[in-house]
Amino acid sequence: MNKTLLIIKREFLSRVKKRSFLLSTILVPLLFPAIIALMIYVAKEDTRNDLRVIQVLDKTGLFNLGESSSYRFVYLDNELEIAKVAFKESEDYALLYIPEFELHRPDGFILYSKVNPGITTMNKVEKELEDIIREVKLKEYNVDKSLLDSLTTEISLKSINISEGDEKESDASISFGVGYFTGFLIYIFMFAYGGQVMQGVIEEKNSKIVEVIVSTVKPFQLMMGKILGVASVGLLQFLIWILLVTTLSTAVLFLFGVQMPQAEAMEMAQNLETAEGVSEGMQFEEFRRLIETIPFTKIILCFIFYFLGGYLLYGALFAAVGSAVDTPSDAQQFMFPIMIPLIAGIVGMGMILDNPQGNLAFWLSIIPFTSPIGMMGRIGFDVPWWQLLLSMALLIAGFIFTTWLAGRIYRVGILMHGAKVNYKVLAKWMFMKT
Amino acid sequence: MDALAAHQITKRYADHLALQDVSLQVPKQSIFGLLGPNGAGKTTLIRIINQIIEADKGTIEVSGERLHQRHIRRIGYLPEERGLYKKMKVGEQLVYLGRLRGLSRRQALEASKQWVRKMEIADWWNKKIEDLSKGMAQKIQFISTVLHEPELIILDEPFSGFDPVNANLIKDEILQLRERGSTIIFSTHRMESVEELCDHITLINQAKKILDGTKKEIKHNYKSNTYHVEYRGTLNGAIQGFEIGKVQSLEDDYSQSMIKITNGQTPNQLLHELIQQVEVHRFVEHIPSINEIFIKLVEGESNE
Repeated sequence: MNKTLLIIKREFLSRVKKRSFLLSTILVPLLFPAIIALMIYVAKEDTRNDLRVIQVLDKTGLFNLGESSSYRFVYLDNELEIAKVAFKESEDYALLYIPEFELHRPDGFILYSKVNPGITTMNKVEKELEDIIREVKLKEYNVDKSLLDSLTTEISLKSINISEGDEKESDASISFGVGYFTGFLIYIFMFAYGGQVMQGVIEEKNSKIVEVIVSTVKPFQLMMGKILGVASVGLLQFLIWILLVTTLSTAVLFLFGVQMPQAEAMEMAQNLETAEGVSEGMQFEEFRRLIETIPFTKIILCFIFYFLGGYLLYGALFAAVGSAVDTPSDAQQFMFPIMIPLIAGIVGMGMILDNPQGNLAFWLSIIPFTSPIGMMGRIGFDVPWWQLLLSMALLIAGFIFTTWLAGRIYRVGILMHGAKVNYKVLAKWMFMKT
Repeated sequence: MDALAAHQITKRYADHLALQDVSLQVPKQSIFGLLGPNGAGKTTLIRIINQIIEADKGTIEVSGERLHQRHIRRIGYLPEERGLYKKMKVGEQLVYLGRLRGLSRRQALEASKQWVRKMEIADWWNKKIEDLSKGMAQKIQFISTVLHEPELIILDEPFSGFDPVNANLIKDEILQLRERGSTIIFSTHRMESVEELCDHITLINQAKKILDGTKKEIKHNYKSNTYHVEYRGTLNGAIQGFEIGKVQSLEDDYSQSMIKITNGQTPNQLLHELIQQVEVHRFVEHIPSINEIFIKLVEGESNE
């Protein structure tokens, strides 16, 4: 059997057989649904129990604030000072003071509370006040409210992309979510698995086994074996996570009465099959169409490609760093330049999602060091084919380059003990003949 | 044909010369001592033979063939810095290292089982290396070196880290391996074991070979015609043609001294002179130990 394969197999098995692999593989996906479940639970409890009472001291007598499931307004008829004292004693949430004011210069409204009111509460109260003042003004100008209502038009903008020939509906928010999530996953994976490669190299170097191994295989084979071994662990773990997360999240969400989009889509697809004639309503129909427009296969294939490509690119660099140092703490100084492009990618993500066809988005998704994150951000927004192919080709070229570079440092570094290493030394190793 | 031959190996690192025109021939089935003080270039030479690094100049031949990747199967290497995968079990580790040397899975498994039985450590098979003592791990490492029945075994300081009992065990194994046809190169600066085991010696100092030959030849060449004498009585200092070394008194009127023949006379003539003066109890030619030769040469070099 090929010796590189032998090394890959050892690296893979030695990690998969560890108890910590089993734990993290099972616990992480359990954590996701657990957090979702907890959040839904808390949110539900919140709305059920927490009916907030707001006392209103209205000097004008104009205001009749709208009640809602979470707020109730109680009107007072007191002096402010007395009301404030009484409010402090009470268990109510807040005291809203509305002074007499000029209609054209509304001013002096105060919300007294015992804890800082949330931004939602503030916004809600402000909006209520604004609405009422607006209505008073309308009356003053003799504008009929029903006339005004009929002037308000609601339009839902449907966006259709025609660049590829066919007309396709797109939904920005879903693409946004997909881009952010997959880009972030790649970012996390780069660090997690790259770190494992580095750890492994340092371990081999410290335990001195490396000299025995490189007397049987080339250092490059050992390095690639380790990188690919860890990659296969990553892929396996990722697949298990996807499976577990989907299953568990769906189950949990069903339990709490909120269905996930996939579940809905599946259900609808069934409905459509079994009861063709029966219309399920425009909403469902539209939603189903939207789901269908998301290029899931393309996204998944791209994710796997960019995960592997990015990992190979960075994994080699992590291996080189590991070979150059004696302890993980020595590695810090060399980690910095590796982290910069990754962080740039994740920071740029916000801007990419904001303007997926912009200049910044283009460059971040083309340059191999940021493209695994950058391109995942754009992938939901119809990236032109030539850009996608260019980015992929450059990523392949990029990882071939970094592996070559890392290999040159690695072959010297693994046999050096106690050497004081800085960038100059690394450069010297790179150009050293063996 | 020699098991290993190196021709004018030169290796330069950025800031110093590690080996300069070093040549050596290791005869088949010999135990070959590669000696030298720390930093002389031994490890560099060993790494070149193991194809871990490449020489700048010069060639290596294994049984007359130019050194090639396929020879990995035929070489066993025990580095000075020992190391194994700490989290791996003994059995797994042996099989893995055997397969890296080119054994099939079955061959590696069979050979490993045979060796652990032979070394009476079969019950360690499923233990992790980190749970073993240092001496135990050394045994495993030794097994992994010879598992694939290499023709050429390179041992770098093989006895360091072994207690005397285990060191003897390893010594016996080395002799047995030689009996079965292996050639052993062994690098060390411990001269007792060289004296005991090696039949060929090369001494490297400051990147250059300064001595080469069979143990017998070398010792013969470094004889200085000196005799170790023990006697009773008083030796009159001046005897024509002989140089009497420092006289050391022993118990009961006995004394001893080293006497060197300086003008080409025979030992018999020396004995004749001595008998006239004292009662001779012991008269034996002084053969220098490898240790003496080593120190003399290495110190001589560094004094130049």
